[in-house]
Amino acid sequence: MANEIRLNTPLTEADVDRLKIGDKVLLSGVIYTGRDAAHKRMIDLLNQGKELPIDVRGQVIYYVGPTPARPGKPIGSAGPTTSYRMDAYAPRLMALGMKGMIGKGNRAPEVIEAMKSNKAVYFGATGGAGAVLAKSIKKAQVVAYEELGPEAIHRLEVEDFPVVVINDTKGNDLYVEGAKKYHQD
Amino acid sequence: MREIQVETIIKTVKDLFIDANYHLGLDVVDEFDRRIQSDESPVAREVLRELKQNVAIASQGEYPICQDTGLAVVFVDIGQDVHVVGGDLKDAINEGVRQGYKEGYLRKSACHPFTRKNTGDNTPAIIHYDIVPGDKIRIVAVPKGGGAENMSRVHMLAPSAGAEGVKDFIVNRMKESGSNPCPPTIVGVGIGGTFERTAILAKRALLRKVGQRNPDPEIAGMEREVLERINKIGIGPMGYGGNTTALDVFIELEPCHIASLPLAVNVQCHASRHKEATI
Ligand code: SF4
Repeated sequence: MANEIRLNTPLTEADVDRLKIGDKVLLSGVIYTGRDAAHKRMIDLLNQGKELPIDVRGQVIYYVGPTPARPGKPIGSAGPTTSYRMDAYAPRLMALGMKGMIGKGNRAPEVIEAMKSNKAVYFGATGGAGAVLAKSIKKAQVVAYEELGPEAIHRLEVEDFPVVVINDTKGNDLYVEGAKKYHQD
Repeated sequence: MREIQVETIIKTVKDLFIDANYHLGLDVVDEFDRRIQSDESPVAREVLRELKQNVAIASQGEYPICQDTGLAVVFVDIGQDVHVVGGDLKDAINEGVRQGYKEGYLRKSACHPFTRKNTGDNTPAIIHYDIVPGDKIRIVAVPKGGGAENMSRVHMLAPSAGAEGVKDFIVNRMKESGSNPCPPTIVGVGIGGTFERTAILAKRALLRKVGQRNPDPEIAGMEREVLERINKIGIGPMGYGGNTTALDVFIELEPCHIASLPLAVNVQCHASRHKEATI
């Protein structure tokens, strides 16, 4: 692990600009959830010239569809979902000031390009570590699209939520560099 | 004829799906331990430790191992001397799934292929029946997540591709899958049979315990070789780089048509959930 960095949301340009691929980051503060359906609705709103239900400036969106919460718990198991399904929508949100995304799996070249030009980063959370990750989520509240159930936009309060930088603001990609480093012929 | 009530089947299926989603097999956890010792990448070791911690938290019964609690795959080996009474066997299995996903606070992920409308209770289950000797029913519950399943393939090779062609295909498949199936993975392989048979062989192969080799020494050697080659790719846990891309490779082989060489690669993520009971 190159570095372990604690960051509070919302993130500033300076916060994300110093991050490098492979850095471990512990996020605290508010983050928002969103999957395909919620993203599609947000982009539709923008296309109609309307306001988004959340202010995305400086924000981090977590691609997650949790299991149902047990009584007394804020959320169920909450690991990342595959990110490429949000690739069509993410550059638009970065242009509006979104600073981070959390998910798993490769992003499209145009998303990586948008991270460079808008100064934003892509974090990976450990796929299939839904129980550990849920423990870092202290509160969860639906803020938009309640009818989408687990896919509604939730406002999460997180404490030391563990992520790794996969794409930084310089266009680097941990998936490419990591595999290169440990590849054996 | 031994009689088995559908109520027993419902309860068994329900309990198995809850158990599988909260308690990962020790064989997998032990392999995490070995890899924490051996992986050269510090990031990889960190991810593996997180996975181990995740399993420990899940086993307390409040949070499932993964939020993708899967489609409900069920293997049912029915003894030929069993008579199921009190209702329909298939309905009973689906009812067990329905109850398990509700009571276990598991996510329902079954939907219509086009409208994407959720069926609401994670049914229908994907059921594979087999008739076997005896007067018991063996039920294996396999919650199968989407990420790894999406990386799986069936491929009909030319017979001339031979063993080398098969090995290359499996290694390439895992290379192309990259971080998508939540590595470290377990790779189930079916060779032979027909188009559909080879896929079922691959899925059944995933029921083995990590470290359990095919009894045929030649196939066992192939499993070792393919595992080594996959772990040399460098993808590592979560794709962050490392020597642990797969935890094991299980190969099952059956005769096939003189004109074909069917091959299936069924990818399983580290959340390798399967529990069984015999009633
Ligand atoms: S691939 Fe497996 S570990 Fe990853 S999200 Fe899907 S079910 Fe969970």
